Amino acid sequence: MEQNFDLPEIHTPENLVYTKTKVLTDNVMHYCPGCGHGTTHRLVAEVIDEMGIQGQVIGVAPVGCSVLAYNYFDIDMQEAAHGRAPAVATGIKRVFPDKFVFTYQGDGDLAAIGTGETIHACNRGENITILFINNGIYGMTGGQMAPTTLPGMPTSTSPYGRDVKMMGNPLKITELVAMLPGTYFVTRQAVHTPALVRKAKKAIRMAFENQKLNRGVSFVEIVSNCNSGWKLPPVQAIKWLEENMLPFYPLGDIKVNGEMVSK
Amino acid sequence: MAKVKGDVVIDIERCKGCEICNTACPNQVLSMSTQVNSKGYRFAIKVNADCIGCANCAIVCPDGVITVYKTKV
Repeated sequence: MEQNFDLPEIHTPENLVYTKTKVLTDNVMHYCPGCGHGTTHRLVAEVIDEMGIQGQVIGVAPVGCSVLAYNYFDIDMQEAAHGRAPAVATGIKRVFPDKFVFTYQGDGDLAAIGTGETIHACNRGENITILFINNGIYGMTGGQMAPTTLPGMPTSTSPYGRDVKMMGNPLKITELVAMLPGTYFVTRQAVHTPALVRKAKKAIRMAFENQKLNRGVSFVEIVSNCNSGWKLPPVQAIKWLEENMLPFYPLGDIKVNGEMVSK
Repeated sequence: MAKVKGDVVIDIERCKGCEICNTACPNQVLSMSTQVNSKGYRFAIKVNADCIGCANCAIVCPDGVITVYKTKV
């Protein structure tokens, strides 16, 4: 029997440091153990809670692993067709210019089938927030190669690794949209360590605050792990992410307040 | 210097046993149980009383199962 180290006498509201926000529902998420989607959902919910905009925010759910995101957020959500979340968000924002509108998309949704919608929404400078979860693989359908898959990375449709000569180069869509005049804030973050989670939360907060300024798209990429698709246990997947994903997708701000950040 | 005492409460039925909290904890307070919850996952448990209430485990937990309390003694 395991020893009990509980201290029930300090479990009082004034000693509370951290608990799950009420903007997330109590449904158990369907994501695999250790998936970055859960952490990102929580960060978005915490930002909405801290800004006090629960009643004024409208989310657009994508197709992909996060297709059921509307089950977990206690806010107004709309489901979009595959890749069309920025187009749906454009419509919602134009009808309700006072609401905070965000899309939550994976790499198969935003960088593959929805590249056209993403680039045109960013180029038009719609006043929305786009959250982009990049795990370099199609997680929901069984780990097939995505446009963001790294060179040499094995997936179920490239079992010997991605051959750049035959399958093309990975798409760095975050750098691509930063070049467009319609984007106001473009950043790349990760959520696998406590320090990076705190930074990512600040970036998401800034992306939502920017909607008050009406200056264009705020685009936040989260480099995440896909344990099931990468066929690794969560802790090793995080190590693999640090060794392989982060050198190719370096973290940091790319465009702040409409100005490119010089490297 | 006042000593800080922390405690974590883990919702074991929602825990999926990914072990990310174990690596995030600076004092190695958390480890995995030998028992499983109703979904068959080994859940996180406390293995010592060194918790300082830093909430690192809670902010990396993908499923938000950890509640953190902290007090000065």
